[in-house]
Amino acid sequence: MSNNKRIDQPTGTETVGHEWDGIEELNTPLPRWWLWTFYATIIFSIGYCIVFPFWPTANGAPGGTSGWSSRDELQKTLDARAEELQPVHTALATTAIGKLEAQPELMQQAIAGGAAAFKVHCVQCHGSGASGSKGYPNLNDDDWLWGGDLATIEKTIIDGIRQPNHPETRFSQMPAFGRDGILSAAQIEDVTSFVRHIAGQEGASAASQRGQALYEANCAVCHGPAGKGDRTQGAPNLTDAIWLYGGDRETIKHTITNSRYGVMPAWGERLDKATIRMLAAYVHSLGGGEAAPTPQPVEAADANGGDNVGG
Amino acid sequence: MSEANPDITDSPLGQYQKRKSVFPKAVDGTFRRLKWAIMIVTLAIYYITPWIRWDRGPYAPDQAVLVDIANRRFFMFDIEIWPHEFYFVAGLLVMAGIGLFLVTSAVGRAWCGYACPQTVWTDLFQHVERFIDGDRNAQIRLQNASWGPKKIARRLFKWGVWLFIAFWTGGAWIMYFADAPTLTVDFWTGQAAPVAYMTVFVLTMTTFIFGGFMREQVCIYMCPWPRIQTAMMDEKSLLVTYKHWRGEPRGSLKQAQAHPGTIGDCIDCNQCVAVCPTGIDIREGPQIGCITCALCIDACDKVMAQVDRPRGLIDYITSEDAEQEQAGKPATPVLKTLFRPRTIAYFMIWAGIGLALLFALGSRTRLDISAQHDRNPLFVRMSDGSVRNAYTVKLRNMESRPRTVTVTMDGAPDASMWLSDSSRDKAARSFTADLTPDAVTKLRLFVVTPTGDGSRQEFALTVQGNDDAEPSDTHELVLERGGQ
Repeated sequence: MSNNKRIDQPTGTETVGHEWDGIEELNTPLPRWWLWTFYATIIFSIGYCIVFPFWPTANGAPGGTSGWSSRDELQKTLDARAEELQPVHTALATTAIGKLEAQPELMQQAIAGGAAAFKVHCVQCHGSGASGSKGYPNLNDDDWLWGGDLATIEKTIIDGIRQPNHPETRFSQMPAFGRDGILSAAQIEDVTSFVRHIAGQEGASAASQRGQALYEANCAVCHGPAGKGDRTQGAPNLTDAIWLYGGDRETIKHTITNSRYGVMPAWGERLDKATIRMLAAYVHSLGGGEAAPTPQPVEAADANGGDNVGG
Repeated sequence: MSEANPDITDSPLGQYQKRKSVFPKAVDGTFRRLKWAIMIVTLAIYYITPWIRWDRGPYAPDQAVLVDIANRRFFMFDIEIWPHEFYFVAGLLVMAGIGLFLVTSAVGRAWCGYACPQTVWTDLFQHVERFIDGDRNAQIRLQNASWGPKKIARRLFKWGVWLFIAFWTGGAWIMYFADAPTLTVDFWTGQAAPVAYMTVFVLTMTTFIFGGFMREQVCIYMCPWPRIQTAMMDEKSLLVTYKHWRGEPRGSLKQAQAHPGTIGDCIDCNQCVAVCPTGIDIREGPQIGCITCALCIDACDKVMAQVDRPRGLIDYITSEDAEQEQAGKPATPVLKTLFRPRTIAYFMIWAGIGLALLFALGSRTRLDISAQHDRNPLFVRMSDGSVRNAYTVKLRNMESRPRTVTVTMDGAPDASMWLSDSSRDKAARSFTADLTPDAVTKLRLFVVTPTGDGSRQEFALTVQGNDDAEPSDTHELVLERGGQ
């Protein structure tokens, strides 16, 4: 084909010698230096392959002569970030939780750090939105079993709930009234009616009146005569709209019959002080956080992170 | 076709050939002076703009034109553009594009010939070249001379001056992206960002190489614009045209005297080729290498004046007029050529976008509210049975001054709200917030409703500056009132 070159008459230009359905191409040669730039890019690419890793193998790409690796790059970025955050960690580890609110900037950093730590350690039970599920408390609301101020939340996180071999742990135990034979099935029905009555879920009835006597004898010692609960021993408020396991008749009956035994790890054994403070700050910020009840016990707790508060 | 043409078996044309050097000759004339003027204006705009100061108060930079990439702001005199208003910049780019279509369909490749940076800097570099090496003939002599100390000195001096200009070109570019006086000091004291030095280096090298060495190669082989323009020209677009019907057959003055009436006006002096910055011969007809700089018109007019023939053997003329002139008919009136459906349509689109941008600029608000409903959890039931929703509210204060604003709630009459740094007992139907200048203030808002019947209700948040007469912006939201 390439020997079919001819001179195109109207332009006086040579053709390249190809012909497709009568269409020919005029030869307008490219300046040769363009070709040299093309060769230069090829030579550059050879050098590039020597300097940087380029050929994947089962064990990753062998490093180029520069030793560059994306993993190292990532590690450097992470290290630099960790170094950048070090002052915040130190400040949080040495600032008592009661004094955190006086430092809004540190508080904001703690909340941001807590949000990240929450996603690693807490979402498995409390959910990614901290809204919990049956048996796992919703941390967004204003109902707290043990208290919702910063120091109390921190203490709950440090010592956990019902941790064996951990003397400081939060521990509340309701008897299994039905399983252990303390109350009969009919009595449990009556107590359930009473609980649902004081929670505003059903009206007064003969059953609820019978249940009231049983409640006063068996339940009021922890849940209080009016059913308002007691935070010092982790007894839930039975009159509010929030139920950890559910407020319907069957669930309440099940709770009274078998009791419940939710647990949370004692995070003090697993996480550093700063991380726990950040988690406490984050949980406190979700919308249900309370102010410290009285300044005195919080001040006393400052020196060692408030571990004698709320217990 | 089927047999090889014996004439070209040893063709000089291969697939590649040596680049033909171009040594354009200095020329003077109307179009050369126009090119001078445009070069001075465009270079002045480029170098001076970043140094114009513009007072915007203590909370905004005082540089008239500033592309503040670090802070995501674009300042242009009294206009400040935020990232979400980038459509203004996009609109300007569309206007620039359509403006180019308009110019091309009206007067051909005027952009290429006069205003394109490649043309302007190449022209500037060629003036430097003439200043140092002399005009065309001296340049050719020096090119062909062997490399001796004299030639090396000349070349180094020329390249030095080019590099100097190229460096200032790159240096001026970065001034658009940071406060020019501060950056200048930082640059020379080694404190500027690495990207500043890299940008200056890259632009210095591209200016040096494109303006000093590649020149017409950029126009002919690299730039897509000549190809696009070919599609946009029509028979009423201005072209630099050699009037072959007047010039051919070419012949010297002697030949013309010897054979009166048989020789055309072109005396074949080759001046049009000598002055051409892209090294083409316009007498071969319209071609992609012609950037319509019209220097050949200047050169030819001068020769025509010397030989006492009418000017305009090479001239700006539309191909329609060219045909009419050959047929001996009068040319179409200029206005009729200029105002035709295509140019009018381009102009209407161009002006329409411009007016729309101006209208948008005049009616835009400088205080915005937007809010996002928390999705996880969508709502929270409180101990008293009420239902709380949480929102992330962003208040955008686009003015360069601190502002106090009030946000009020419309709809959901039984609901009330409070900010995360307040508490529920202070819940109300409105709140005030202090906004930092020229920034977005992010707030976390809780809205509580006593009704927990599972319905959803629409409400809106409206923001008003405390010193404004009217609300600026409203954002509509949904309030979830419990799911069970």
